[in-house]
Amino acid sequence: MANVVEMSIAKAINAGIRKAMADNPKVLVFGEDVAQLGGVFRVTEGILDEFGPNRIFNSPIAESGIIGTAIGLAMRGYSPVAEIQFDGFIFPAFNQITSQLAKMQNRSEGYTTMPVVIRVPFGGGIGAVEHHSESPEAYFAHTPGLRVISPSNPNDAYWMIQQAIKSSDPVLFFEPKRRYWQKGPVNLDEAPDGMHTAHVLRQGSQVTIAAYGPMVSVALQAAEIAASEGTSLEVIDIRSMSPIDFATILESVKKTGRLVVAHEASTFVSISSEIAARVAELAFYHLEAPVIRVGGFDVPYPPAKLEEKFLPDADRILEAVDRVLAY
Amino acid sequence: MSAQDASRVPMVQLLSPEGQYSVPAEYAEYGKYIDQLGEADFLKFYRDMARIRRFDNEATALQRQGQLGLWIPAIGQEAAQIGSGHGVGHNDHIFPSYREHGVALTHGIDLMSILKMLRGVNHGGWNPDETRFHLYGIVLGTQVLHATGYAMGVKFDGKVGSGNHDEDLAVISYFGDGATAEGDISESFLFAATTQAPIVFFCQNNQWAISSPVNSQTTVPLYQRGSGFGVPGIRIDGNDILASYAVTKKHMDDARNGAGPYMIEALTYRIGAHTSSDDPSKYRDQAEVDYWAARDPLIRFEKFLRRQGIGDDFFAECEAAGEALSAEIREKTFALGEPPIENMFKHVYSETHPLIEEQLAWLEAYEASFGEGGAH
Repeated sequence: MANVVEMSIAKAINAGIRKAMADNPKVLVFGEDVAQLGGVFRVTEGILDEFGPNRIFNSPIAESGIIGTAIGLAMRGYSPVAEIQFDGFIFPAFNQITSQLAKMQNRSEGYTTMPVVIRVPFGGGIGAVEHHSESPEAYFAHTPGLRVISPSNPNDAYWMIQQAIKSSDPVLFFEPKRRYWQKGPVNLDEAPDGMHTAHVLRQGSQVTIAAYGPMVSVALQAAEIAASEGTSLEVIDIRSMSPIDFATILESVKKTGRLVVAHEASTFVSISSEIAARVAELAFYHLEAPVIRVGGFDVPYPPAKLEEKFLPDADRILEAVDRVLAY
Repeated sequence: MSAQDASRVPMVQLLSPEGQYSVPAEYAEYGKYIDQLGEADFLKFYRDMARIRRFDNEATALQRQGQLGLWIPAIGQEAAQIGSGHGVGHNDHIFPSYREHGVALTHGIDLMSILKMLRGVNHGGWNPDETRFHLYGIVLGTQVLHATGYAMGVKFDGKVGSGNHDEDLAVISYFGDGATAEGDISESFLFAATTQAPIVFFCQNNQWAISSPVNSQTTVPLYQRGSGFGVPGIRIDGNDILASYAVTKKHMDDARNGAGPYMIEALTYRIGAHTSSDDPSKYRDQAEVDYWAARDPLIRFEKFLRRQGIGDDFFAECEAAGEALSAEIREKTFALGEPPIENMFKHVYSETHPLIEEQLAWLEAYEASFGEGGAH
């Protein structure tokens, strides 16, 4: 019998980090408020008690410093797991991530590896003030040398964080913060396939909905509603935004002929833009309709009272479904 | 000369511009390190300075002839670099900026690796672990955070102040006066101070950041920059190789023994251009350049050596070695080939990545479509 336990996404990430720390003494966890407090979302709660201050520590409030020293620690043979407290606070570290971390292996012709994980709670829907609800993943997916992933459920959270920590490449690990307390089964014995495969979560025949992170449960909800109205949607959890598992998406699109891609991020030059371009290139004759992108508007993330109108919901996905079915 | 460079700012100088060696009482702790040196060490110091000066001049010529895409001269900074480089211990790690050719020489980096990079063949290519001399950092200040993180790791490893001479180590990071304006430098001071990491911050104040004079980067002497973070510092005469050696050696020893971070500001002067693309005549007076050229670190050390009884034969030998070096690097530069196209795709990731594989395959097929010779 597989050892399956119910836990939240936050607890699953915590359990995954602990497992990685127990397996590899070189894994270090640091960032703002991660130690005694366990992070502002308590994702690293209890790790200090279990592993001590040489394995998890609070950094100064300096994001460039967090990533810059993580690079140095990786050069020294450590596997740093650095937390950026909120999506909107990652930009002071943008230079270290894109001009240093992403390029170091290539610059050194492989002499140096960069097994660095950057954990980023991301996305909106929590009624927060400015800079606490953003979806900056496309900036990093655009940068060669980085891997960018996001779990949508506790089982993936538990395993993907461990796979990210084991990777010798730098990984941006985007945590869907409004789903932290969503519970689900975690199979502690059996890892899913790698962190870069897309998963078909619901079989369908008429339209493919591809989403990642916090939008996956919205897509599943849309599919449920559509089914009650007699429309069959296939739902894919993209899971990895760099690289993207195009094979799984293309296989689905070749079956349904229609694709809607959904995320919280603004749609202009986004993950969905790349998927739409690729699908148009590689599945042109299979498409019955143009690929439609459903995402945030191309405006700064709005004040909390307006975020309900900014964030795509099941109805916005279904509106797009209607449009692709109209062709 | 800005006010901060006036003689009232204390500065470690062991060798006067006339080559007279003397140790002021307040710097006796540094003099002890010079007492341990012999003639062979002094000759090595001079040889290395002469070698890197020659290398610099030859590289400038190669750039002018179109053999290098860019050259970054370090002329005038040889004492700061060769002296401090020799003050770094046998386990210590070095994180340079992009002008540290002299430090590279003291740590066995093949000088052709530097020319290869500036010709555009690769981005460095030496092994940073084996040489303990890390790759050049071009975005100002970034490498100083890497050095700090490395030093934090050394401390986590318990390789600081353990008393085990074979295993303990410290880290030194080089940067310039211009880089001190970058936030990464301030964050480095802070991370190093709060963790008491074994690191020496070595700032070569060559007084010009391309066209910006140092007083546009700071209003206090730079050696004081770390003090608010808890990183004490000292200014040295950066054109005095003995001060550069002794002060670096002492503070690397201290850091290795657990004293925490320290900052050294080496006051020197960039005699040449920022790079071969720069024209300093547009922003600084020749009189200032002449003032510093008269304080050339090689001339000063030659005066010292002659006072020690070193004669013409030695300097002739250095000159001949320089001739040979010039001929050698010219020949090797001309022989540098073109990098294969797959190098562009190598090591972007250390594990497989479908996009990279797909694009390399496409480019190879595209190139092959032109037939033998790849005519375009």
